[in-house]
Amino acid sequence: MKRLLFTTTAAALVAGAAHAEGELNIFNWGNYTSPELIAKFEEMYDVKVTITDYDSNTTALTKIEAGGHGFDIVVPTHSYVPIYIEKGLLMETRPDQMENFANMDPNWVDVDWDPGRHYTVPWQWGSTGIAVNTTAYSGDINTSAIFLDPPAELQGQINVVPEMSDIMAMAVYYVGGTDGCTADMDILRAARDVLVAAKPSWLSMDYGTTDKLSSGEWVASVNWNGSTFRARLANPDVQYGYPVEGYPLWMDSVGVLADATNVENAKLFQNFIMDPENAAMISAFARYSNGIAGSDAFMPADMQTAPEINPPAELAAAGRFSPACPKEVQDIHTAIWTELQK
Amino acid sequence: MSMDMDRKRARDGWLLSAPALVLLILAASGPLLIVVIYAFLTPGEYSGIVWDFSLKAWFQVLFERDIFDQTVSFADAHLTIFWRSVRLSLVTTLLTFVFGFPTAWFIATRPPNQRAMWLFLITIPFWTNLLIRTFAIMEVIRLDGILNNALMGIGLLSEPLRIMYTDTAVLIGMTYVYLPLMVLPLFAAIDRLDFRLVEAGYDLYATRWQVLRRIILPIIKPGIIAGSILVFVPSLGAYVTPRLLGGGKKMMIGNFIELQFGAGRNWPLGSALSLILLLIVGIALIFYVRASTRSDANG
Repeated sequence: MKRLLFTTTAAALVAGAAHAEGELNIFNWGNYTSPELIAKFEEMYDVKVTITDYDSNTTALTKIEAGGHGFDIVVPTHSYVPIYIEKGLLMETRPDQMENFANMDPNWVDVDWDPGRHYTVPWQWGSTGIAVNTTAYSGDINTSAIFLDPPAELQGQINVVPEMSDIMAMAVYYVGGTDGCTADMDILRAARDVLVAAKPSWLSMDYGTTDKLSSGEWVASVNWNGSTFRARLANPDVQYGYPVEGYPLWMDSVGVLADATNVENAKLFQNFIMDPENAAMISAFARYSNGIAGSDAFMPADMQTAPEINPPAELAAAGRFSPACPKEVQDIHTAIWTELQK
Repeated sequence: MSMDMDRKRARDGWLLSAPALVLLILAASGPLLIVVIYAFLTPGEYSGIVWDFSLKAWFQVLFERDIFDQTVSFADAHLTIFWRSVRLSLVTTLLTFVFGFPTAWFIATRPPNQRAMWLFLITIPFWTNLLIRTFAIMEVIRLDGILNNALMGIGLLSEPLRIMYTDTAVLIGMTYVYLPLMVLPLFAAIDRLDFRLVEAGYDLYATRWQVLRRIILPIIKPGIIAGSILVFVPSLGAYVTPRLLGGGKKMMIGNFIELQFGAGRNWPLGSALSLILLLIVGIALIFYVRASTRSDANG
C-alpha cells in the first residue's frame, strides 16, 4: 500500500511537470473509478488526474487525519461523512449551488449525513443483501434466514463477508431491531445468540465474493448488490435477495478535503459527476446505482432492468441507512465479533 | 603498534556496521517504541488514539467484562485465538521438518557440483509474492481445483474433497510457504556432517534407526533448532495464509490484531496484543539460545 502510494505520487510529480494546466488527486476505494470518466474529465478541463486506492473507511480516515497526504478528493461511505465534517476535514464546497445540482435525485438531497448537500455529492449507492445459487436452493431468498437460520440445502456452504457493521446490523434487524446501532441490550443479546448459533453452518467468512459465487465455490453468501450483479452476468444461476427483515444501505460520497491544494479542480469534478451522462459512466463501471436523476438513459441496457439495482417495491422500504455507531456500541459489536471468530 | 591495529579494527567495525545499526534503530526500534506507547493510551472515538494514559488495553488482553451482565472473567476468546496460533505454528514446524529433512539430506548427499542447482530450485518460490503463491494454492485445492479434478479424473474420488476453509488448508499453505526456511539450515548442518561417524556407527552394529537417532540427529541439532525458529516465528504472525485459505471463520493472532486496528477501532488493545506476540517470539528465541549453547557445550 505504501509503495503504491509512493509510485503514484512519483508518477503524479513527473506528470505534473509535463502538464502545466492543473492537477487533481483523488483518494477512492480500489477498482471503483471508471477510467473513461477520468479520461473525459482530463480532456474537458486539461487536468491531470491521479487516483490512489484505499480498502476501508478507517484506513482512509487515518491517512487523511495524519496530514501531508496531498489528496484533493475523498469518497467516504455515508456513515463516515459526519465524522469528516465534525473533524473539520471536509471543505464546505456547496454542491447545492453548483450548476449540475438540478440533476440530483430529490431523494438524495436532504440526507441525514449531509443535509442539503453542503459538502458531498453521491458517487454510488447500494445494498448489502444475500446472493444464492438457485441450483442449490430454490426457496425464498429474500430473508436473512439464509445465513442466520440456514435451510438444510445450504448448511455448511454459506459465506459471510467479514464486514462487522453490516453483519451486526443484519443480525439486529433479524431479531426485530430497527436501528443498526441500537444500545438495547436485549436486542444485542438476541443478535449475538443468533449469530453464534448460525456460525457452525457457515463455510467461511471471506471477501472475493464475485468470483467465488460465479464459479460455484460458494452457493450462498452475504453480498453487495453490484458484486452479485457481476456474478450473475458470469453465472445466471446466482440471484440477489433483499432480506425482508431489513438490510443495510450505503452511499459513498465525494467530498473535497479541507486542505486540498487543487480546490477549483475538485469543485469542477463534483459538478462534473452530477451530469447524468457522467454519472452513468460511474455506474456502468462498478455496477451500482448513482444518485443522479436521468442517468438511466445513458446506462447499459442490462442495468435498467437488473433486479440487483431495482428492488421489488414491497422490499425497497426494508433497506436502511445506519450511521457509524458510537464507541460504546462499537465496543459491544467488537466483543460479539471476537466471540464469533474465536 | 598492535594496540593501534586493534583499535583501528574496532573503529572500522563500528563504521562498517553503522548503516545497519541506524537502519535497525530507525526502522525497528522507532516503530516498536510507538507501539509500546500506544498500548498505554486510550482509543479514539473513530480510530487512532487519545493521549490519555490508560491500562485498560492490558486489562482487556487478559480479562473481559461480560457485555450483558458486566461480570469480569478470564478472556477465554483471546486465549483460544492465541492457542490456535501457537498450535498451528508448532504443527507447521513439525511438518516442515518431516518434509524438509529428507529434502535437505537428498541435497547434501548429491555430488558437490549439483548441490548449488538443487539449492537454487529450493529458493525459486521466493521469487514470487506470497499473496500470489497463496492464490496459486487456492487454485490447486479448491472444490473445482486441480487436485480434486485430478483425483476424480483417475477415479480415486467420487466427489470433490472440501479442503479450502479448513485447518488442513492453512497447514498446507503454511508448510509450503515456510519449507525453504527449514531446508536451508538443515542442509547447512547435514553438509558439515562427517559421514565417517555414520560408517563407524554401522561398523559397531548400530541399526539404521540408532544411527539416525544417536549420531545424525544430535550432530545436526543446531540446524534443526535454527530451522524450527525460522519457521515457528513467522508462522505465529501469519496473516495472509490463514485469512485466505482458512476462510476467516477462526482468527489467528495476526487477524485478531488487524481487527483492533480496523473495524474494532481499538489501537491500544491492538498494540498490547502485538507486544504479547513479541513476548512469545522472545521466549522462543531465548529457548533457541539456551538450546544451542547447550548443544555447543555437548558437542
